Amino acid sequence: MTMVELLLPKNSRPTEGKVWPKPAGANNLREFRIYRWDPDDESNPRIDTYFVDMDDCGPMVLDATLWIKNNIDPTLTFRRSCREGICGSCAMNIDGTNTLACTKALDEVKGVVKIYPLPHMPVVKDLVPDLTQFYAQHASIEPWLKTDTPQPEAEWKQSPEDRSKLDGLYECILCACCSTSCPSYWWNGDRYLGPAALLQAYRWLIDSRDEATGERLDNLEDPFRLYRCHTIMNCAKACPKGLNPAKAIAEIKNMMITRQL
Amino acid sequence: MAEVKTPSAPASSRRPLSPHLDIYRPMLTMMMSIAHRITGTALYVGTLLLVWWLVAAATDAKSFSVISTFLASIIGRVILFGFTWALFHHLMGGLRHFIWDTGRGMDHPEREYLAQATLGGGIILTILVWVIAYAVR
Repeated sequence: MTMVELLLPKNSRPTEGKVWPKPAGANNLREFRIYRWDPDDESNPRIDTYFVDMDDCGPMVLDATLWIKNNIDPTLTFRRSCREGICGSCAMNIDGTNTLACTKALDEVKGVVKIYPLPHMPVVKDLVPDLTQFYAQHASIEPWLKTDTPQPEAEWKQSPEDRSKLDGLYECILCACCSTSCPSYWWNGDRYLGPAALLQAYRWLIDSRDEATGERLDNLEDPFRLYRCHTIMNCAKACPKGLNPAKAIAEIKNMMITRQL
Repeated sequence: MAEVKTPSAPASSRRPLSPHLDIYRPMLTMMMSIAHRITGTALYVGTLLLVWWLVAAATDAKSFSVISTFLASIIGRVILFGFTWALFHHLMGGLRHFIWDTGRGMDHPEREYLAQATLGGGIILTILVWVIAYAVR
């Protein structure tokens, strides 16, 4: 058993940062408190305070972070791309839960808007976490069709009923909101695959065309990889696409039992 | 099947770990999970108490009167009340996990109802047992 480390290491504890000047002439200000860390600086992370002119800013959290970057502090660093919840780049911890900055409306947040990087991850800079391990875990479940039978002349066929089993699974955009919301993943992220990788594992396990079911289950039959899920449910609550990794994991556990019978 | 392969750590060892437990919004299902662990641990202590009581009963009248006096004191009753609650809360939590293990009740809002039922059921059963215990005394 590894010890659960409830406290952050000394170099990781955020300190009070800079309070940036309020924009001149604005009369509809909103306060933002945002996690900052600069790899070129020897100091600890800090929490900076910004004021955004809401009369000049779009409705989403991403609009506000871009407004800050454009109007106050160009060094504020975060990932973003599609601005419509399909690329998964702008995943961050907003108002205490993990979600996408582009689909989180500012009027859903009461009071000061607090923004942190995805929890319990190594920080590259500001709101950018290092997702190397997360992607490696996804790769480890071999997320592609595996077959033994010879390639058919046309496509691999699938009935509409079998195809519908992939609904609620294929939509995952690998934003990492679920895995980094999970306390089990916080404490055992080196050995527990986490909700995102396991939801993808289930997506291939129940694909009627896939012929590597036994091999896939063997790979997951491990006290840590699969069974560190304790049904805490943070993953299902965090998913910005409304998917349910906890349920997919329960289904995998049931497949493990069924194959013993 | 594949092992989890990650490139060897570059000059990134200085990277801070992002905040987690103390910035995450406490939510009912997460709190129930934590409470399930704490009550589970408390049950070890409660069971030791039960063993003490049984061993004393099997030993002699003097040993039994020692634990009886202790358990009848205010502190003793508070501990017993806590043990009763821990037992029922953990039992209800076990039932909730049993339902979830079948893949049922995991969607919104059923998962919240089950968490509320765990909390409410544990409290109601605890009070019920103590009301009955005092009534038949």
